[in-house]
Amino acid sequence: MRRAPGVALGLAALVPLAFLAVFFVLPVSGMLARGLWPDGQLDLSGVPEVLGRSRTLRVLTFTLVSSLAGTVVTLLLGLPVAFVLYRLRFPGRGLLRAVVVMPFVLPTVVVGVMFRSLLAPGGPLGGLGLDGTWVPILLAFVFFNLAVVVRTVGGLWEGLDRRAEESAATLGAGPWQVWRTVTLPALAPGIISAATLVFLFCSTAFGVVLTLGGLRYGTVETEIYLLTVQFLDLQGAAVLSLLQLLAVVAMLALAARTRSRREQSLRRVGARAAARRPRRDDIPALAATALAVAFVLLPVGTLVVRSLRVGPGWGLEHYRALTDPDATAALRVSVTEAMTNSLRTAVDATVLAMLLGLIVAVVVSRRPRSPGWARTVSVLDGAFMLPLGISAVTVGFGFLITLDRPPLDLRTSPILVPIAQAMVALPLVVRTLAPVLRSVDPRQREAAATLGAGPWRAAWTAEAPVLARPVLAATGFAFAVSLGEFGATSFLARPDRPTVPVVIYQLISRPGADHLGMALAASVLLALVTVVVMGVVERLRVGSVGAF
Amino acid sequence: MTYTRPRRTTTIALALATGLALTSCTLTGGGDDEPTADQAAPAPAESDDASGDDDISTATAPAPTPADTGTVVLAAHDSFTLPDELIAAFEADTGYDLEVQLSGDAGQMANQIVLTAGNPTADVVFGIDTTFATRVVGAEALEAYRPDDLPESVTEHDLGEGTEAYLTPVDYGDVCVNIDSVWFANQGIEPPQTLADLTDPAYEDLFVTPGASTSSPGLAFLLATIGEFGPGEWQGYWEDLMANGAKVTSGWTDAYTVDFTAGGGDGDRPIVLSYASSPPFTIPDGGFEPTTRALLDTCFRQVEYAGVLAGTDNPEGAQAVVDWLLSPEVQAAIPDSMYVFPVDDEVALPDLWAQWAQVAEDPIVVSPRQIEAERETWLREWADIATG
Repeated sequence: MRRAPGVALGLAALVPLAFLAVFFVLPVSGMLARGLWPDGQLDLSGVPEVLGRSRTLRVLTFTLVSSLAGTVVTLLLGLPVAFVLYRLRFPGRGLLRAVVVMPFVLPTVVVGVMFRSLLAPGGPLGGLGLDGTWVPILLAFVFFNLAVVVRTVGGLWEGLDRRAEESAATLGAGPWQVWRTVTLPALAPGIISAATLVFLFCSTAFGVVLTLGGLRYGTVETEIYLLTVQFLDLQGAAVLSLLQLLAVVAMLALAARTRSRREQSLRRVGARAAARRPRRDDIPALAATALAVAFVLLPVGTLVVRSLRVGPGWGLEHYRALTDPDATAALRVSVTEAMTNSLRTAVDATVLAMLLGLIVAVVVSRRPRSPGWARTVSVLDGAFMLPLGISAVTVGFGFLITLDRPPLDLRTSPILVPIAQAMVALPLVVRTLAPVLRSVDPRQREAAATLGAGPWRAAWTAEAPVLARPVLAATGFAFAVSLGEFGATSFLARPDRPTVPVVIYQLISRPGADHLGMALAASVLLALVTVVVMGVVERLRVGSVGAF
Repeated sequence: MTYTRPRRTTTIALALATGLALTSCTLTGGGDDEPTADQAAPAPAESDDASGDDDISTATAPAPTPADTGTVVLAAHDSFTLPDELIAAFEADTGYDLEVQLSGDAGQMANQIVLTAGNPTADVVFGIDTTFATRVVGAEALEAYRPDDLPESVTEHDLGEGTEAYLTPVDYGDVCVNIDSVWFANQGIEPPQTLADLTDPAYEDLFVTPGASTSSPGLAFLLATIGEFGPGEWQGYWEDLMANGAKVTSGWTDAYTVDFTAGGGDGDRPIVLSYASSPPFTIPDGGFEPTTRALLDTCFRQVEYAGVLAGTDNPEGAQAVVDWLLSPEVQAAIPDSMYVFPVDDEVALPDLWAQWAQVAEDPIVVSPRQIEAERETWLREWADIATG
């Protein structure tokens, strides 16, 4: 009877594994094979040549350093925000949570243009002289990824029992000591999860590095794009992809080691019990949150203001044009129709990401006693993060050359778009749920079993209560990712049912102030829809969950 | 310490049910519900009689109905769009269903065609441009096809070197340096005329261009300088250009809308790399003429081609699409839909274009074979000079 759930879990894990094999491993190996086994023979002659270029070294260094810096700064800013938005109770909290996620769906090219509008010599912040330096790249990394830290850490923090901290304080520990000895160790798995995700997102950032760096700062990702799309140098691209793969695997292994040493079972209470009203000593955290919100709203505000600019005056014309299919000959459908397409695709992608993500999270949160199985579980955990660290060019072109014959001729299937988006959302779902699941003491399951519950019932009783809210949070997040995703999907052969990011791209590449205005209005609409959807999802209150 | 399990269970069940209900109205559940089977009497695309004296030589001729109709898939880049009426007319005239498949920008799409050569995802492709044409033809990704009796205004856009058997010109656009005429008038500075002028200290810190490695107009500009100064001399020109404070951005959008003084932003550079068709879009509300001008001696011509994909299982349908792209109706719709010029000069341009969008009389030329052979070297050299 004890084995039953283990076998069932193993079988369940096969579903996401098969998904990963077909939609990630196969295409990536296909592209690597094209580059390194061009005529059925291993040809590594290009390796020393690519590695020997001074450009390769520079690109590697910049990718590593900028991603690390981006991760550190995002964490430093994100932790106080997670505290304020998930541990304190105050009016408007739900709105702020949604605001922080807005950047996640904004198309990178639009954000790039907004950052540059602010920082260019003629812009409001032009006096800082930051245009064309590496600083805007770093700022953009923080802008896009703040939500990752806030939501991943916040999800874990939200239900944490405050009494351990209070006991420490009663015993004479200062706030810093309480944070260092009680809170930080409890949150460590979540923080490492978030840091891993942010690092992966930064290291594969593409549009924003190009727009803000003005081509001076190449990354591995931009270099792979250049080699593949401009030069069709598949060998050079394969060498760089391999380097990228090695670096990502090393990083994931390191993260897994650090995390597993810090994982512990945590006492949880309902979110309502854990949150309290703000106090005077919360002022530094509140100030950091105010700063973060201002930082998010500044480019978004620029976006809104510019979307209202009509010729020399102001007005809502650009917004009215969004519902009009004949507003511009540049688009065949109205932007609202594209929004319907976006929402449909996002629902598909979210359902897929949640189904697979739940299975993966449950499987990787188990702690098998045998070291062999424990290692398997941890490899599995890392495997689902890999897609974030590998270039969209490699995966996208890989689809074309590997999924091209029956039974897997999926190249033009409409499900490929939600699948590509689900693959980006999946790691976020897993990283939101797994730390929470791992914090559940296995003895709770055992206790339930002792009381006569079957294995499924035992797991349900012990884990479902703490999981309910993070599941909602992850759902909202997956939805937002899929609404805004454009990088991976732009490499697919898509049916002509444009989504909003595609329409924004089409508008912004046309001359004329009206097209720019419409593109900006469409971006505002996209951000608003995201905020509303996530607000609704967060409001699916799950009762006083898990009040022990 | 009580559980509230029943309620929780209902909520989760509710959420699941909602999720499932939502799924049922999605892509995979819904699909196209447009009627397709009951199309009116389909007519063939291919006319085997060359009606030479016909004015509209590329139009589809009415002929007996073939048994075989179905879907024809057109691969295009993300900037492709044409009015729905024209697509409906094509479907009514030929009996085919036209499905458009978008795949990224022109470079991404061209490479997708190359990678899937012989086993294509579509039947016909539109949007292979001058700079990628040789690569696509060289990869044997296309099947030979030419519509009958193309007018000279179309064939003069052929690339030559054997590509004309595979690629039919559809539209073209000139990539040229644009200036903010109002800015120059206000400053009392004589505006530049030629590429060489841009290195004049009078225009220091005034020019912005998208980069050649990340932007298709950016690459066109690099090719313009190579064509103008020669394969051994352009490097020196670019060094001077950069020394004179030229700014390189990653894409056309941010060069034009952020840095250019007349692109809708608050830019501080009155000289920008854009298109010959950009000026009409700078006519202010209530104004009568554009505030910007294209320098017609600085232009590189980008032509976009269509071709039948090798390995298609619907070659007749694919050929019908190429014919349709060259029909007067589609050619006339091209300027407003895609912001480029139709190749057929018999077609009337929209008023705004006829009045304000000029084309270069004598655009700068670089041989497509040379582009394909030297692209990598040039781009690497360019990156060393222009992006440090």
